[in-house]
Amino acid sequence: MVLADIANLIRSKNAGPFTLTFDVMFADLAGYRRVKDSGALNPSAFAKLYRCPVEKVRFFECENTLAFKFSIPRPLAQGELGDGDMHGGQRFVPLMFLEIP
Amino acid sequence: MANGRLQQIRFISPVGSVGGGISGAALDEALAQDPDFVACDAGTTDAGPFSLGAGIPAFPREAVKQDLSLMLRAGRKANIPVIIGSAGTAGGDVHVDWVLEIVREIVAEHNLTLRTAVIYAEQDKAYLKRLLHQNRILPLDPAPPISDSIIDSSSRIVGMMGVEPLQQAIADGADFVLAGRCSDSALFAAIPLMRGFPPGLAWHAGKVSECGTLVCETLGKGVVFTTISEDDITIRPYGAGLRCTPHSVAAHSLYENADPYLHRECSGTFDLTKSTFEAIDDVTVRIRGSEFMSEPYTVKLEGAALAGYQSIIVGGIRDPYIIRQLDSWLALVRSYIDESVSNVLGDEADKSSYSLIFHTYGVNAVMGCLEPDSKHLPHEVGIVLEATAPTQHLAHQLAQLSRQPLLHCPIKEWAGSITAFACLHNPAVIDRGPVYRFNLNHVAVPFTPVEMFRTHFTDLCGSEKSWF
Repeated sequence: MVLADIANLIRSKNAGPFTLTFDVMFADLAGYRRVKDSGALNPSAFAKLYRCPVEKVRFFECENTLAFKFSIPRPLAQGELGDGDMHGGQRFVPLMFLEIP
Repeated sequence: MANGRLQQIRFISPVGSVGGGISGAALDEALAQDPDFVACDAGTTDAGPFSLGAGIPAFPREAVKQDLSLMLRAGRKANIPVIIGSAGTAGGDVHVDWVLEIVREIVAEHNLTLRTAVIYAEQDKAYLKRLLHQNRILPLDPAPPISDSIIDSSSRIVGMMGVEPLQQAIADGADFVLAGRCSDSALFAAIPLMRGFPPGLAWHAGKVSECGTLVCETLGKGVVFTTISEDDITIRPYGAGLRCTPHSVAAHSLYENADPYLHRECSGTFDLTKSTFEAIDDVTVRIRGSEFMSEPYTVKLEGAALAGYQSIIVGGIRDPYIIRQLDSWLALVRSYIDESVSNVLGDEADKSSYSLIFHTYGVNAVMGCLEPDSKHLPHEVGIVLEATAPTQHLAHQLAQLSRQPLLHCPIKEWAGSITAFACLHNPAVIDRGPVYRFNLNHVAVPFTPVEMFRTHFTDLCGSEKSWF
């Protein structure tokens, strides 16, 4: 099973021009716990997917909102020459296929 | 305070951004609930650096005028202040003046009288360089380098104001505050803080209200109505089918924020770690427990600098022989372009002065270096060639000189001359004009909370006059 099979929303967005933020959200506590207890969703797994140093990954487990959040520096600042996603809205896709054992 | 409501303050957030489209019916419904003020932000960096760099708003003028007209008339009807921040998308002086011109039209068309405070947020470069030399400009993470020359080369730099300049304007009697770049939450927190409501609640109320109905379970046409008391916030929408739920209100703190709990403002950080959310009825949520910690005063800076002028060519490739060797083929195309530029333009176009970028849609144009799927070959590839140079003339010539190499760069699988690239347009080259980059991710440490902002008072009415 992959993360997209369990989450009801996986999204990415700019948090200002220099930061990307990712939310993984669930319809119920069971789904949230299922992913949390698997241990598969963590800063080092995220750092590997997004090719960034693990110490730059900020990770939040937000049980009261049934959500996990990651934030990283943008690989290219928003609108920098070569940036292909001005709002950062499509950067979540690698997270979808993270295996949840 | 009127009506004996000493223990409560109420406000309307009519829409997430001026120009987004206010529901007049929902606004009227909320207005009947005796609000103390209306506030709304009009800007964002979300669209990119162009608005700040070029001084051009991102929203259509007519849409902005329609929303402003509804808000200003509502404010006069109820005799309550209206606060607009981050005017004209980027909140520079030119953006504020653009909105002020629209306000003048509305005032004339509806015969309003508006005691207006205009607060400018654009920063003087000499002032910023003085702060820099006094170590009063600090980097956030990640921050691009900063220096005198980077400040000088910026097209425009704005400071994101906190509540203090807004409060000064309200204290001085403004019933309409038009502010340049401003913290969204500050627009809503300013008056509650003046009246002594707890800072944690005032800031959190601003935070959950500033995006309009985005705080609701599902998006829809409506306004948000928020009440702060001594120990709680209640928030509800007005608008058909809309509801706030404990989950929707709590989850709103995630959106577009790097940290869902700690939110830095000029005067400190509000902390939502201990916030609780409970349903009062089907559409209303009560929030308790939000806290605020005072910290040394800082003002976030936003700057944009010219990156160059751009011309593009849009087209596609369907030939599977090319698609399976796309990277090496494009490298060959690039070398032909560089050669042709060198032959034709010579000294006019030093290779270090221009940039050629191929965005390959179908391969990795969206994800760039983060694209995890390099195994699947698409059957068709869309290409946007982006040429950026110090002048539009040069960018245009670069794109023109790119067309032939794209069309005819050979591959070994085919004997004879080929036409490899399907051009979408004639003329193939589209000039995009100036392009900008965000060049600051820093905070300034001013000596006072208001020294970076300039407030001008104007009485707007049929016969306009200055009263300050």
